[in-house]
Amino acid sequence: MIKFSDNQLKIPKLARPVYLVTAGMSKFDRAFPENRTEELTIQAFTAASDFIKMTPAELKSYIHTCYYGHFADHFGDQLLGEAVIHDRLGLDPLGNIGIKTGGATGGSTLWEAVKTVASGYSDCTLAMGWERMDEVPTDEGNHLISAAADKDWETPLGHIYTGYYAVMAQRYWKIYGKEEESFRDTMAEIAVKNRGYARMNPHAHGPMKITIEDVKNSPIIAYPLRALDCCLMSVGAACCIVAEEKTAYELTDNPLRVWVGAGSHTLRVADRRDMQIPLLPNETKDTYKNFHEKYPGSTRYPGFTSFLAARVAAYYAYNMTGIVDPCEDLDVIELHDAFTISDIQSYEDVGLRPYGEGRDFIESGDAYLKDPKTGKRGKLPSNLSGGLIGCMHAVGATGLMQVAEIGYHIWNRWDEIHEPIKKWKAFGREKPEDWESLQVSGAKRGLAISHAGVGSHVTASILMHPDHLLKEE
Amino acid sequence: MPKSNSKKGYVDVIDGKYKTNGKFHKIEKNEPIFNKDTGKLAGVTNPRDMTYIHSYGGEAIFFESLGKGKLIASRCENKECGTSYNSIFMPFRIFCPDCLHKTSIFDLTDIARKTARIHSFIVTHRSGAFNTLKLPIKFINVEFEGVCTILMSYLSTGNPEIGMRVVPIFKTKNPTYTIIDLSFVSEGTPQSKLPEDFSF
Repeated sequence: MIKFSDNQLKIPKLARPVYLVTAGMSKFDRAFPENRTEELTIQAFTAASDFIKMTPAELKSYIHTCYYGHFADHFGDQLLGEAVIHDRLGLDPLGNIGIKTGGATGGSTLWEAVKTVASGYSDCTLAMGWERMDEVPTDEGNHLISAAADKDWETPLGHIYTGYYAVMAQRYWKIYGKEEESFRDTMAEIAVKNRGYARMNPHAHGPMKITIEDVKNSPIIAYPLRALDCCLMSVGAACCIVAEEKTAYELTDNPLRVWVGAGSHTLRVADRRDMQIPLLPNETKDTYKNFHEKYPGSTRYPGFTSFLAARVAAYYAYNMTGIVDPCEDLDVIELHDAFTISDIQSYEDVGLRPYGEGRDFIESGDAYLKDPKTGKRGKLPSNLSGGLIGCMHAVGATGLMQVAEIGYHIWNRWDEIHEPIKKWKAFGREKPEDWESLQVSGAKRGLAISHAGVGSHVTASILMHPDHLLKEE
Repeated sequence: MPKSNSKKGYVDVIDGKYKTNGKFHKIEKNEPIFNKDTGKLAGVTNPRDMTYIHSYGGEAIFFESLGKGKLIASRCENKECGTSYNSIFMPFRIFCPDCLHKTSIFDLTDIARKTARIHSFIVTHRSGAFNTLKLPIKFINVEFEGVCTILMSYLSTGNPEIGMRVVPIFKTKNPTYTIIDLSFVSEGTPQSKLPEDFSF
């Protein structure tokens, strides 16, 4: 589809307000040779019940429908893995269903949980996500991931998903990055930033104290992408519990409003036909006047350089919630930094900067809690969890981890999750001596982007403190 | 599946049904996984050796044509189609994505020879299990004049650059009947430089 009808562009509406009540995460790591998946999901669920000072049994008594985000059945060699987890969580006989949308699985799981509450079917739902990517050798894992590409037209080409993805990075690097060393440095800065933030997160699988030079000297994966430009491959679980207003306030004094918008685009990048750029609320047609002259080679939209699914998810989510300028209206974001360059591409898709100017979000210092060059607070700190590059990418859990992290900032309880030495010790991790709080003070609104591979599915989840909504309802 | 026959498994379609022949999987015993530090059992390995039986359906003509040196695209010829009338699709689509009418076959071989250009590319030294391409793999995305989509393939000779002219080559000898029967080389590459079994 390259033209949209008015019906398709209708702004989604939740039939009643939905609230995020609590959220929890397990430890994330490359492998858990001595833990079953349910041990990790129970860890996440228990963290969520602890957070609102309830026992797991008390919290479970409110849940009415369950959504389970778990992308890759074939990794675990277990179909209906959701039923296993549902049983181990002791949630029978509640209705439950598995959600699978690649890297966006976590966000899509929340999307379903939110709609179910909004519709009135349930007053309280569970969105639980996990991934188990440690049950095959790495090269077989690469094959299994490549099976998420088109099995006839792409997978036989090397059985390596990075290859299908990196061609997009290459085109962006040449057209918009203009192959400049300064752009290469900006990409590296993202890896330094996100791995650095991960150092403050006991849950994080890939914390590192590194420099731009370290990133630029790391082994080439697929030029211009190097090892330290790439996200982690992780195991772990995360969950969110959402509810309608009355139930939400029974469960906690401080529930947050939640909305999710979702978009899609072709599984094969090959099939993406040229179209006009759909505009976000902070853009006009003039935003892209002279666009092609400014960026020679920017011949197609979204082509290989942008993600229509992310743009459409943001379009729905912003218009649903009254967000006009995300940099002004939001306080904290978690983006799907699968690669440093795709992080930059996302800044444009979700309107943090116009298309072509994504790098400025980093270079201006806006993306930092504290700009390392000026020491000033950035306008919209991004990926304080460490993101996919520094914290984790346990596919089905990722989008839920992001929402949990945004929630902790708005609840003003980020320190409680990340600071206690007891947790660092329980996870067998050393708390850095220079540990510092990354709490975004006064955070009232946040956004999390959950994104599948080359952009087949994207969700935009928005959290707001109920006293700080942007739109009358 | 018959297990007594030791010949490697293959499949025919007879009377509209799959007929399997030969041996399709070998059974291997599992192994325990021990924690070497504690001496305690952590888990087990579960070996699998499986073969999938996959139908190309309406795309079969595309994959069969590669072995005959032809690049077959499809075109929407539904005059009522508001968006895609006369659009040429490569990858081949059985149905128009807009009007959902069955597309017509369109031989793109000559257009590809004359107009194919690299839209983007990547060189990677890594592959997943079961890869049969030689490393490094030079992934390329190919634009063709008059085609609304961009095909993914791989470059067999030359160093890829955006905008570079390339020409298709086909594994006409010993075809695999998969997408790897199609590759591209830089314009001007002589036949003698083509990989084994490939021709223009």
